[in-house]
Amino acid sequence: MKAFLRYREVWLLAAIVVLIGLISTRFPGFADPANLRQVFNDTSILMILALGQMVVILTRSIDLSMASNLCFTGMVVAMLNAAHPAIPIPLLIVIALLVGLVLGAINGLLVWRLNIPSIVVTLGTLTIYRGATFVISGGAWVNADQMSAEFIGLQRAAFLGIPVLSWIAILVIALFFLVMTRTALGRSIYAIGVNPTASVYAGIDVGRTKFIVFCISGMIGGLCGYLWISRYVIASVEVANGYELNIIAACVIGGISIAGGIGSVGGAVLGALFLGIISNALPVINISPFWQMAISGSAIILAVVLNARGERRQGRIILKKAEAA
Amino acid sequence: MTDTPAPHHIPDRLDNPFTAAVFSWEALLVAVAVAIFAVNSFASPYFLDAWSLSDLTFNFTEKALIALAMALLIISGEIDLSVAAIIALASTMMGMAVQAGAGTPVLVAIGIVVGLGCGAFNGVLVTRLGLPSIVVTIGTMSLFRGIAFIILGDQAYKGYPASFAFFGQGYVWWVVSFELTLFLIAAVVYWFLLHRTSFGRRVFAIGNNPVAAQFSGVRVGRIKFILFCLTGLMAGIASVLITSRLGSTRPSIAQGYELEVITMVVLGGVSILGGAGSILGVVLAAFIMGLVTFGLGLLNVPGIVMSIFIGLLLIIVIALPILWRRVRRERFA
Repeated sequence: MKAFLRYREVWLLAAIVVLIGLISTRFPGFADPANLRQVFNDTSILMILALGQMVVILTRSIDLSMASNLCFTGMVVAMLNAAHPAIPIPLLIVIALLVGLVLGAINGLLVWRLNIPSIVVTLGTLTIYRGATFVISGGAWVNADQMSAEFIGLQRAAFLGIPVLSWIAILVIALFFLVMTRTALGRSIYAIGVNPTASVYAGIDVGRTKFIVFCISGMIGGLCGYLWISRYVIASVEVANGYELNIIAACVIGGISIAGGIGSVGGAVLGALFLGIISNALPVINISPFWQMAISGSAIILAVVLNARGERRQGRIILKKAEAA
Repeated sequence: MTDTPAPHHIPDRLDNPFTAAVFSWEALLVAVAVAIFAVNSFASPYFLDAWSLSDLTFNFTEKALIALAMALLIISGEIDLSVAAIIALASTMMGMAVQAGAGTPVLVAIGIVVGLGCGAFNGVLVTRLGLPSIVVTIGTMSLFRGIAFIILGDQAYKGYPASFAFFGQGYVWWVVSFELTLFLIAAVVYWFLLHRTSFGRRVFAIGNNPVAAQFSGVRVGRIKFILFCLTGLMAGIASVLITSRLGSTRPSIAQGYELEVITMVVLGGVSILGGAGSILGVVLAAFIMGLVTFGLGLLNVPGIVMSIFIGLLLIIVIALPILWRRVRRERFA
């Protein structure tokens, strides 16, 4: 039991349950399973994005370009769909994944080959990818009436009573869980975050692994490009503007350490859910949506304070000393 | 930030001072600035005009003021992503004061004090509680702007007194604006602080090795706290300028400025990992960004396309010296 309580995810889950309980006192229908399913569906895109960001942060890097990647890829698939409605949706999803992969690989190559800090690289590509969206679209929007019914309808189709969007999120969560806990790649990602120097001696190619995590976050950005556009049925240059910080916020609330090496799939998912619940709950309990920003800001600060206390473990300090020496 | 630093390459002999100056980062920036200036002069007949060039400075002075303090903060190994949100909060507070009938001196004081207070809040969280600044300031960024949104919602504050307009719109002499004058004075002050005082040496020492600095008797926490306060202060001053220039306050004011400020600092040759950089570089980078955006603006290039150029400039200017060093090392190895 004591060991069980040490897991941050347990505390986060408890916080979420308390949050839902509090909201239910003001709006009894909130804890209804149907409503919770809706909240999960609303948060699916953020959860998927947070997982992509998580693997990057675990290796002591950061990807600020995810939202711009999402915007660009979303525009590409929306324009393809508008121009050639005959292209099957699964093929469009593959295209979205590939476009996202290319954008992620550009980040990864700059980090790997030129050794430029990831925050600088992705700060640059953040503006470049969004600017490129303007260039390919000429500033025009792709509206709902230009998209095909399948393009919009796929994620809304229900399978076993749950929308396909939620199934995609569940699938991605399962995939990340397998990779992070059951594969050599997952172990390498954690190892690099905990101690890059030791990882090199352990035979891990640190640069290549960083390249791979940027490819992963790029593919996730691309996938979410399609999901976002087909959900909000408008593709423009302004899509997901500034959303990169929400993604990082979800990770931070989920207990993923910005210093790398600490964090889990469950944490990222719960962190995203926490933000999703707040944004869903505010309108129904009659709090102005203008409060949302300040509330999530406070949640982030609170989460960092709590996480920092959890991270002050003896083992980690010894490693830091060895690293400094 | 958190990336692993590259292993140090120690040359057999040092370059002589002349070659060192020619190959310095600042020289590269001057070359880039001259090139952009020349291209602009050829591309648009409206560019080489005293008033055009004066307008150009309004593009970057507010961000550049913050970049001066941000440079010191990044050299010390920290970062502040909340500066744009501080501008929004300080501007909102000034707007509230206007509704209550405050005069110009009170407005300026409120803007500066709110900025300083926000900076101190960041500083306490980072230095007292030992939290990573990148995460803390992502949080306070939402918090500060969030408070502005709670107060203002979708409304706007207007009705600033006429005398308040001087800070963002006034000219000190001929085409020299108050904003530009303030920026140049601030640049000299920060240059002196960083490159000519023991405080500046301590900032570099902390950025290179905080543990060694601590053992050498440098009060790491206190200096970082002062740097966060300075950054907040500059954001407060920038808030006065931008509010005065626009004459109104919306909670979305200065959105996205934080990334432009950081781009300016990094372009100016400040290492994002801390420990290296110069004020001259940051000032040059500010002028370069102003030249690029203004020149492209004269050619009717939309703002979002300009941002591609800024992004490319950032990556290319960082990548070039790395590639250059690699080529040189391979030749002499």
